[in-house]
Formats: sequence, C-alpha cells, structure tokens
Amino acid sequence: MSIFVDKNNKVLVQGATGHQGVFHIGEMLNFGTKVVAGVTPGKAGEEVHSVPVFDNVKAAVEETGADTSLILVPARFAKDAVFEALDTTIKTVVVITENIPFHDAMEFVHYAKYKNAILIGPNCPGIASPGKTKIGILPGNIFKVGNVGVASRSGTLTYEIVNSLTEKGIGQSTCVGLGGDPIIGTTFIDALDAFEKDKETKSIVLVGEIGGTAEEDAAEYITEHISKPVFAFIAGRTAPSGKRMGHAGAIIARGKGTAESKIKAFDKADVKLAKFPTDIADLVEKFG
Amino acid sequence: MKLYEYQGKELFEKYKIPVPKGKLVKNDDDFSGLHFPFVLKAQVPIGGRGKAGGIKIVENLNDAKEKLLHIMGMDIKGFIVRKVLAEEKVDTKKELYLSISLDRTKRMPLIMISGQGGMDIESVADELIFKEWINPLIGLQPFHIRELFSKLKLDKAEGKEFSKIISNIYKLFRNYDCELVEINPLIIRADGGLMALDSKVIINDDAMYRHSDIIPEHVELTSLEKDAKEKGISFIQLDGNIGVIANGAGLTMATLDALTHYNGKGGVFLDLGGTDDPEKVKQAFELMKKAKPKVIFLNLFGGITKCDTVAKGVKAVIEKEGIDCPVITRIKGMNESAAKDILKDAGLITGTTLQDAAEKSSSLAR
Repeated sequence: MSIFVDKNNKVLVQGATGHQGVFHIGEMLNFGTKVVAGVTPGKAGEEVHSVPVFDNVKAAVEETGADTSLILVPARFAKDAVFEALDTTIKTVVVITENIPFHDAMEFVHYAKYKNAILIGPNCPGIASPGKTKIGILPGNIFKVGNVGVASRSGTLTYEIVNSLTEKGIGQSTCVGLGGDPIIGTTFIDALDAFEKDKETKSIVLVGEIGGTAEEDAAEYITEHISKPVFAFIAGRTAPSGKRMGHAGAIIARGKGTAESKIKAFDKADVKLAKFPTDIADLVEKFG
Repeated sequence: MKLYEYQGKELFEKYKIPVPKGKLVKNDDDFSGLHFPFVLKAQVPIGGRGKAGGIKIVENLNDAKEKLLHIMGMDIKGFIVRKVLAEEKVDTKKELYLSISLDRTKRMPLIMISGQGGMDIESVADELIFKEWINPLIGLQPFHIRELFSKLKLDKAEGKEFSKIISNIYKLFRNYDCELVEINPLIIRADGGLMALDSKVIINDDAMYRHSDIIPEHVELTSLEKDAKEKGISFIQLDGNIGVIANGAGLTMATLDALTHYNGKGGVFLDLGGTDDPEKVKQAFELMKKAKPKVIFLNLFGGITKCDTVAKGVKAVIEKEGIDCPVITRIKGMNESAAKDILKDAGLITGTTLQDAAEKSSSLAR
C-alpha cells in the first residue's frame, strides 16, 4: 500500500508538450509511472515519448481511461485546466504550477471537495511512492522503498531530507509535497490520517514552515488520532514578521504563523523535532 | 501588494462605499477646494502613523503649509513619506470595524465585523467580533449578512447601509483578488450615514496581471527587492550580514536558521528556485553583490537541477565580474563532486555539511 496513489494510477499530463511536460513525462516513465496521455489544446495527434497527446481532457479520458491528472500548465490557465479535469471522471489532480492566484485555488479546491476528488497542491512537487509511481517533478533518484511516510510544504528541502534518509538506508512508503501556497487541497491532517491507516507506513515525517496554522492543527490531530511516531522539521525559525519568505504561504502575519508557535505545538504532541534538515534521518534511525 | 490608503479609497469609491472627500497634496497650491479644518494623512504601508505624528488636523492655510512640510519626507518606521492625503474632517458618532480576509485553514473568505472599531482588531475581545465564512462556490448570500447582524445591534437604516457596504466589499475582495480588505474605522457619522475613514487593501501579487488599473508601486519593498521582483528572482533583505543563496524557499529558510544556530545572521534571502540557467545565476549574484554582504553562503541541493550546471554559472560570474567577499558553498545531490571541483577551481570555500558551512560562514561574518 501507499497513500493517495499507487502503481495503478493512470496519469494524464495537462501541459504535456512544453519543455517541462516533455522532460517530466520522460522522468515519470523512467520511474515506472503509468503515463497514458498528454493534453495540450491544438496538439492532438502528437506524441511525447510515445504517449499520445489529445486536445482536451474529456477525449483523453475516453480514449485512455486516465483517472489522474498532473497539471503543468502556466498559472494563468491553471484554474481552467483543473476545472476541466475535475469535470470528467478524474479523481486525483496534482497541481505543480506556481503563482496561481489564490482566489482561483480557493475555487478549485472547493470544487474538488464537491467532486470527492483528491487535489494535491498547488505549488507543490507532487507525490512519489517508491517502487510504484511518481506523479510530479520530484527527482526519481533520491528514493528507496521503505516505511517512512513524508508530507511537506516545500520542495528542495524535502528532497534533501528524503535523500538523507535514503543515504542511511531508510526507505519511504510515500512522499507527498503539499505545496507552499496559502491555499492547498491536501493538508497535513489529510496526509496524517492516510499514513496512520497505511500498513506500509511505520513512522511519519512532517516538513513544515512558517505561515498559517497547518502545523498547529496537525499537532492537535496527532495527539488525538495518530499512534505512529511522528518527526518534524520547521523552516523559518529566524524569519522576520511580515516578509513573505519565497513561498506565497510562508509569512508571519498579524502575529500568526511563527515557528515558535509551531515548535511549541509539536513539542506538546510529542513530535520529535530536528534542528537541521538532515537530523531527521538520525532521529528516524534512533526512534523510528 | 499593499495599497496606499488613498488607492484603497479610490477602489472603495468605485464600489460605492462612502469615503471622505479628499485628494493628494504636494504643496499649498493643491489646497484649493478643501475647506478648513481638514486632515493631512501621511501615506505609508504600515500602521501606527497617527502616534508617529503622521496625521494632523489643520485649521488654516499657514497651519496647513507648516504641517504638510513637516509630514512630507518624515520617516515612519523606516518608510519615508512621499505622499500626503488631505481629507475633509468628519464628525463621528460611533466607530465600527469591517474586514474580509482569507482563512487558510477553512480555505474561505472570512468576514469579520465588530462594534469596537478604531482600535487594533487583535486587541478586541473575541466575543465582540462576529465572523462569517463564505464558501466561494456559493458566494455571499443574504443569510450570511442576517447572521452577522443578529449579533451586532444597529438601527434599521444603519443596518441597511452596512449590509450594502458588506456586499460591495465582498465584490471588491473577489473582483480584485484581495488578500485583505479592512475598514477600520467604519464610522457612523454624527450627521448620520456610514463612511470608511481608513482603508487597508492588499492585492494578491500573483493576480496583479489581471488588474492593470492598479499601478504596482510595491510600497513595502526596498529598491533592490523591487529590482529583483522585476527580474523574477525571489529576494528579500534582512538585517544581518550574510547573503544566502539557495534553491527552494524551504531550503533557503532552513539555511538562514542554520546560520542563526552558529550566531550568524542572514542579510539576504535569495531563492534560485528550480533554475540552473546561467543568466539567472548571474543576475542573482549581481543582486547579491549590490546588497553588500560580508559573506555569501551558497547552499544547493541538486535534484532535477544539476549541481554542476549551477556551479559553472557561478564560476563564470565570479571570473567575469569578480566578487569582493568570501563565498562559502555547500553542495549536495546530483553531480555533486563535479560541482565541488568547479567551485574549488573558482577559489570558493566548500563546506562538507550544512552545519560545517554555516559555522564557517558565521565565523567569517563576525
């Protein structure tokens, strides 16, 4: 098992023929992902690494039975693309695109809920389950099959942490990038709940950062519902108030979203906190 | 992007929310059409300007000249006043509060109203603030407003006017991609009727492309930050002396944290993102040089981005442009050893781990 996705997901890529699309379709195929279709309006009949390209999602789903969409289209077209996917039988949508206006995200997140679909992102690296599938832009070479579940608000920092786990011989069940935006579809709580139910996951790593109260909410949920050991790293302990630290969601505003508050909440929930990103691997080795 | 008070009020007028009559003034020629006494208000993107002396009531022409001269150019918490709004003075019977913000947890717009206007909403007791969340799929409905008003007692005429303002503010919030619209205080005038005495409007940066009527001044950014924004580089100035360049926002933040652990202090946050484009790397280093850090700390993790490609870009910049401060690097991931060789060759100091490199950077910056 794994969470949210497995080897059976049939993936279509919206924004398949751009530079990113072509590169990552290749990377995903190498990882073993079932990429069945690409969608780019006006490019029907073309192929990307032998994957057929369609004009619209509906046609691609009808032809290939795709049940998952990876969104790589530019921010201005992202809302339209996500709605187009959700309006078919697609049940999982992974939104990589950065800089989507959050009013757009707000709308498609609620529409996904209404459609009972899983929406991961936006502004995320995607999701990978080693040995099974990778839907997104995470580097394929850092993973190893194993029992640690990882959920994170950032990209590169997560690769660093996963890489240090793998270097110690500790593998991962699923690694999900939740996204660095203020509005995201899948939260720490959704991931915690899924990891708790997943038989392959023995321990859980959360990579959080300043901004919002997702970590505080997660800590509360851990106390009440999670029996597996949880480890965490929080980025932005020294970030000043009022400055947006790269991610649209990473901002301390009106006294809310400080690292201290998150660290305090995790401490209270008996979550073991790492000082440096690579310390996570040591903690998991010792206590996981 | 934060708007100035006067820009926010221009939007309020567009959405039929009453505001005091006023205009921007540069010198006494601009006072024509204003009736004494009126109010001069410094335009700065930060609260607390009243206490800092940035708001003054003026009684006559001489008084106005003198006080305008005093306010213009004033430093309010690091922001130099370049714009002053002159406004009619309005007598207040009662001060209310109204805002629409984004609730990240519920992922919905949150409307807040209170009968305790005029002060910082954070200092108002929770039971005196009335809240309503709006699911964006249904939008603001009359029942939301009825629920809000069931708790805040207003007379019939005022209630009617207030509900019109709420629905117009909600339209403004949605149409202009706002992060925040706040009216504090929203007053009931001594002679009746509601009026927005202040405005706080923040528009989502990512949506600015569809609001070409708003001139993007980025009042809250430093000039280097503005320059970076135009180049599409994520660059933030902080108050330390170590310039951090890393790839990914989370990793850049974690790098700043590591410096603090060794008593170092970050002066610049520069996120290269997923790029290994030599031109972008060059622009990043140029910006960093202008910020004049004592030490530069380059921290890279190569996933999809190849470390050696970035290293080549860095080497090219340093050889061509020169760099007058030590550069400490820490490289991990795809093609790491090739990258280390290139950087050593360029005369940079390489650390073995994040901790090692952070310690080196911090001690060199002292």
